[in-house]
Amino acid sequence: MNLDYFQLIDRIVALNLEARTIVVEAQVPEKHTIFEGHFPGFPIMPGVLLTEAMAQSSGWLILGGLKFERIPCLAIVKEAKMRGFVSPGQVLTIEAKLEHEGSGFAVAKAKGRVGKELKCSAEITFGLAPFPDPTFRVFMDARAKEIGFPLQAVAQ
Amino acid sequence: MSSTFDQIANIIAETCDIPRDTIKPESHAIDDLGIDSLDFLDIAFAIDKAFGIKMPLEKWTQEVNDGKATTEQYFVLKNLADRIDELVAAKNAGGAAAT
Repeated sequence: MNLDYFQLIDRIVALNLEARTIVVEAQVPEKHTIFEGHFPGFPIMPGVLLTEAMAQSSGWLILGGLKFERIPCLAIVKEAKMRGFVSPGQVLTIEAKLEHEGSGFAVAKAKGRVGKELKCSAEITFGLAPFPDPTFRVFMDARAKEIGFPLQAVAQ
Repeated sequence: MSSTFDQIANIIAETCDIPRDTIKPESHAIDDLGIDSLDFLDIAFAIDKAFGIKMPLEKWTQEVNDGKATTEQYFVLKNLADRIDELVAAKNAGGAAAT
């Protein structure tokens, strides 16, 4: 995770566009100013960042399904549940599944685990929109390579 | 079995916390019920799931923006129910979804 740049996902472990699923990993940094305030003597990942991590994981899945032609924009978060604490240094594994692809929107369900222990889950709805700026698209292509997005899956 | 309108009205009441008895077949989802685009995403998801269809919202919106259709054709609930019935019929016929 690069929290300063709001990049919550480190790598894509598996992407299956046919099954409409993705698995990603994200290592929580050992140190960050966030943990100085959240909380002194008891550093844990804020629930909003776990939710964002689930949203970004789902977003990459949807982006793949859209062949990078449009961008999923976070619209609705439902049933967001923080089921356990996530601590600095832990590796979060997030699985997301596309539940529904509507006209102009998509709905995914995501679950985050540390080891086998379920830590968070949510149902997340995205609006689908054209990339608002070419720079954004170029950035996403570069970011896709950094996190190991299997671009060959999109080319098929 | 409840009518398509009843199913839509129940979905809207539950999704948007609007009293069910205020939702009429003549109600305009936007102008009368005050449903915004975000709530309509939720409603569309629920309708798609309930009827096993994919409402072509983007196409409808484009038609309205192009002046080829009015919002009443798609967002007055009795008309929306008709559109959904058409989509369900097309699905059951095994053909392309009616738009």
